[in-house]
Amino acid sequence: MSIIRAEHLGFNYVKYSDSNESEETVRAVENVDFEVEKGEFIAILGHNGSGKSTLAKHINALLIPSEGTMWVDGINTSEEEELWKVRQKAGMVFQNPDNQIIGTIVDEDVAFGPENLGVGTDDIWKRVDDALAGVGMLGFRDRSPNRLSGGQKQRVAIAGVVAMHPDCIVLDEPTAMLDPNGRKEVLEVVRELNRKEKVTVILITHYMEEVVFADRVFVMDSGRIILQGTPREVFSQVETLKKYRLSVPQVTELAYELRSSGCDIPADILTADELVEALCRLN
Amino acid sequence: MGELTLGQYYPAESILHRLDPRVKLVGTIVYIVGLFQVSGVFGYLFAAAVLFVLVFLSKVPFSHVLKSLKPVFVLLCITMLINMFLIPGRVLWSFWIFRITAEGIRQAVTMGLRLIFLVMGSSIMTLTTTPNALTDAMENLFGFLRIVKVPVHEISMMMSIALRFIPILTEEMDKIRKAQMARGADFESGGLIRRLKAMIPLLVPLFVSAFRRANDLAMAMEARCYHGGDGRTRMKPLRYAAADFVAYGLLAAFLAGCIVFRVTGL
Repeated sequence: MSIIRAEHLGFNYVKYSDSNESEETVRAVENVDFEVEKGEFIAILGHNGSGKSTLAKHINALLIPSEGTMWVDGINTSEEEELWKVRQKAGMVFQNPDNQIIGTIVDEDVAFGPENLGVGTDDIWKRVDDALAGVGMLGFRDRSPNRLSGGQKQRVAIAGVVAMHPDCIVLDEPTAMLDPNGRKEVLEVVRELNRKEKVTVILITHYMEEVVFADRVFVMDSGRIILQGTPREVFSQVETLKKYRLSVPQVTELAYELRSSGCDIPADILTADELVEALCRLN
Repeated sequence: MGELTLGQYYPAESILHRLDPRVKLVGTIVYIVGLFQVSGVFGYLFAAAVLFVLVFLSKVPFSHVLKSLKPVFVLLCITMLINMFLIPGRVLWSFWIFRITAEGIRQAVTMGLRLIFLVMGSSIMTLTTTPNALTDAMENLFGFLRIVKVPVHEISMMMSIALRFIPILTEEMDKIRKAQMARGADFESGGLIRRLKAMIPLLVPLFVSAFRRANDLAMAMEARCYHGGDGRTRMKPLRYAAADFVAYGLLAAFLAGCIVFRVTGL
């Protein structure tokens, strides 16, 4: 059974003008259908305002669909009495690392989720230890979050979600505010969680390079999923992506340009190594 | 910046640092109550002796404890002067409309000593307890107020979130100030009014950002299943150790001692 299933999902929000008089209904998500299997690594791509964050907030029941239904592990997120269950099953990591850390000490912050779930004290300690070890932050447990780098803070935030033992983690542009090193750290941790713990990952991003590792990619534009498939399938459609103002990874772009100027190389190149190999095979 | 010292916690390894924060909170209240019981010379000597023993046990340098008096120094002087001049009684010295009386001097000295001991006594608590531990202790000790609908848990949650965000907002304020200075804002010259006016372009963006952060944080807390204090467990629950019970015993003895001094009038 699929862990996340969306059926004809639609979401409207009302936008007020500055004078607070005229209001206008904006459709942020429009008739979206998708299914995610347990243990999959899904990436959602789209430029600003494409509805990808709005879609992500539905998985965690932070937003309730205006139309259609969202199921998380068989639970309909519109059912109010199941709200906390849904949020435990689908954890969420946000963009700004400072604004999602609640505790003044690293391990107390990681404990925040389990404390809310009413987990016993001994079990909380175990969960916190495991979660911090999982993201490689065990050595920082007594530190103040204010002293950590952006990448480290984001890893603490991930540990905070992991400690709630979710089936699925939704990351809403977790690397957008980080430097390249921090971005790499966070991505490695996320991939590791997916591979070792078999946690379903939904990564929202606009960095094409981060999408390469995903099992499947959804591309969104004005509230709809316009493309989906494996990274190879998606990135081979360079022209379609460009039409939606999205770029492709640098290597893929280079391969595309080479191809269109007559080089005989495959259309679905994603990494530098693949390009090197393809180019070497030319002669 | 990063680690702004909030309150005035002085990190050290001492018996007082290890005590349960609830004991220290109750202890401070007991000490203040005790102070208002004693009135004679020996009573004050007793209170002073207890204070010195506490400072010694806390391993906080004495000068550090004295520094806590700085902010109340003006208040202290005013209290003493008012008491000295306005209490009627046997006139010792007079000039124009000013009269100093024997009772006035006595009253000024007692009030002054009380105030000094009070501030130093409570600063021993804040010097040896982290703000977080104090918040926990307050939530725990005043938990009974929930019966009369005081949102004890919410207040303590607000305090701990404030503690987490004060350094972040201070840093942000610094950034905004530098950004405004880079565009020619002048915060240093001019009179008081001018300087206050110059703060407006600092405060507006700071407030906007604080609201945005609050919104984000609320969402992050909800995403992590926060739904108030009900059914919440603790990772580090407050637990009394043997030393804490001994401390409670000593506190009771102190209070009893103060009452003895009051009754005998020593």
